[in-house]
Amino acid sequence: MKHYAQIPLYNLKENLTQPRPKCHTRILRFLCMSGICAFMPFLFTGCASPVNDVSEQVIVYNWGEYVDPETLELFEEETGIKVIYDEFETNESMYPKIEAGAVSYDVVCPSDYMISRMIQNDMLAEIDFGRIPNAKLNIGAQYYEQSKGFDPENKYSVPYCWGTVGILYNKTMVDEPITSWAQLWDEKYTDNILMQDSVRDAFMVAEKLNGFSMNTMVPAELETAKNALIEQKPLVQAYVIDQVRDKMIGGEAAIGVIYSGEAIYTQQENPDLEYVIPQEGTNVWIDSWVILKDAPNKENAEKFIDFMCRSDIALKNFEYITYSTPNDKARELIEDDKIRSSPIAFPDLSQYDNLETFSYLGEEGDAIYNELWKEVKAY
Amino acid sequence: MTYNNKKKWLSAPYTLWSAIFIIVPLCMIFYYGLTDKTGAFTLDNIIAITTVGHAKALRLSILLSLACTLVCFLLAYPLAMILANRKGNKHQFIILVFILPMWMNFLLRTLAWQTLLEKNGVINNVLTFLGMPNIKIINTPAAIVLGMVYNFLPFMVLPLYNALSKIDENVINAARDLGAGSVYTFIRIILPLSVPGIISGITMVFVPALTTFVISSLLGGSKLLLIGDVIEQEFTRASNWHLGSGLSIVLMVFILFNMVLSAVFDKDGEGSML
Repeated sequence: MKHYAQIPLYNLKENLTQPRPKCHTRILRFLCMSGICAFMPFLFTGCASPVNDVSEQVIVYNWGEYVDPETLELFEEETGIKVIYDEFETNESMYPKIEAGAVSYDVVCPSDYMISRMIQNDMLAEIDFGRIPNAKLNIGAQYYEQSKGFDPENKYSVPYCWGTVGILYNKTMVDEPITSWAQLWDEKYTDNILMQDSVRDAFMVAEKLNGFSMNTMVPAELETAKNALIEQKPLVQAYVIDQVRDKMIGGEAAIGVIYSGEAIYTQQENPDLEYVIPQEGTNVWIDSWVILKDAPNKENAEKFIDFMCRSDIALKNFEYITYSTPNDKARELIEDDKIRSSPIAFPDLSQYDNLETFSYLGEEGDAIYNELWKEVKAY
Repeated sequence: MTYNNKKKWLSAPYTLWSAIFIIVPLCMIFYYGLTDKTGAFTLDNIIAITTVGHAKALRLSILLSLACTLVCFLLAYPLAMILANRKGNKHQFIILVFILPMWMNFLLRTLAWQTLLEKNGVINNVLTFLGMPNIKIINTPAAIVLGMVYNFLPFMVLPLYNALSKIDENVINAARDLGAGSVYTFIRIILPLSVPGIISGITMVFVPALTTFVISSLLGGSKLLLIGDVIEQEFTRASNWHLGSGLSIVLMVFILFNMVLSAVFDKDGEGSML
């Protein structure tokens, strides 16, 4: 539930001490990796050698740019299991592909509410945590607690990344501390506000502002939220998704709604930017590894998840993608104190009230939200 | 095997192509548009165009694409006349200049306009440097029309140029000989003779402008909902293919109307250069 088509980020740790590597080397690396991934199946089916043992592979379906490619290579080296890696852009585009069963993936990394939808539709296999020792060893208990919102018995998912949604503001363009969603309704900031252009994120802001649950289905509350968004519309400069990052860096707007993982990156690009979790509460999202019910390589899938939960690997991934890791052991390994104790990457959630995680509202619920959002956009 | 049969065989790839990539998708759109989630026949997806939000989006789309078509026509007609009157290689070069941007990706060109028009964009930076007041056009309907005109202008210029250059000069000379002034010649001779090009140009600008969705989200800040945006979101976000297809069918009516119009005026296919 976040970041569509993420831009490759650079090594966080390096960045503070050394000049940043040129962006295109990253892109080059990415292209090489995709090339390798694309040709991997041919390599092993094309030559039709007996080495092509189907059981020695794992098919992973993950968000775009959501893993350090090096960790995949390491996994292959250490276990001899080939990783066939595929990427998706949104939960909504991932789901029908899995449902249709066109490709039989083993491991997928959906977001919270999508996991609950997959559990409801009996698409996931129960995870045998005995075979994934690192999952319980390294990942903080609070993240499993948080996961109960969508996986009530912690049976199906292993947290991989998490974060919050908050307000990013430009310190030079506001003359007061930004602490509340209500400031997104302040006429002072007319034409200086960036909102998220996705239905659940936009409604979350309006619902939290009014003290509702962001999973509410109460018609009166939905109506209030819708009217709030309509009232806000004249003040909004634009509804954007990933462009909020570039626009805020470029000083196009004073305040914008953003995912915390992007906030760290934008701050490095423009030190005037500050990220805050509004006092009314917000969305705490978790993207977790799950194993599909009809996964052809379950054992390898378990090995893969276990590997991803290893502290050194989790650290590598955190440094590459900058989204908060639930891996406490990996966090301890972060050398830079500023990042290890960064309130953006690792906020102390106990300080905030009304934190929530999206849950799946069912097809009808989704349809109602979409309809209301259309009314806002068409207004 | 006769020559004719050979020719038929040669057309097989195109028949196959249009069957797979035109007829089949069209049938699928009609299937989805005329059924609901259970697969039962329904007209609800078509009637959905009358709901307030959809009707408003359609109205706005028609309004903006009409504005775009008008601006394109006013810009393109004089240009096409100049080009058609020019002899030699110079006009070829000018046409090339007009087609040149089309070699670049449509999305990139639109994104470039965003960078140009933004508050801290290139144009405003230059204006500030010159001590002039800044323009505030990004995220307004004007920006969307500008983006449409920029992207679709060549589609208006080329058919017009094609139609105008085909007008026999002797016809114009005859008019002048018989005492018609230049304005009268234009109204009575040139304009009527270029009607196929005008219709063709209007179709080729109006149709893509009506269905566009990228331009409005990039230059309109997603604040103005066009019917193209609605359809796109039904497919990608709301995953309601039935409603998306139903609204597409409604749009097809407009496109069909346009095609009938061009068929009536453009019997010889004169204006269809592209």
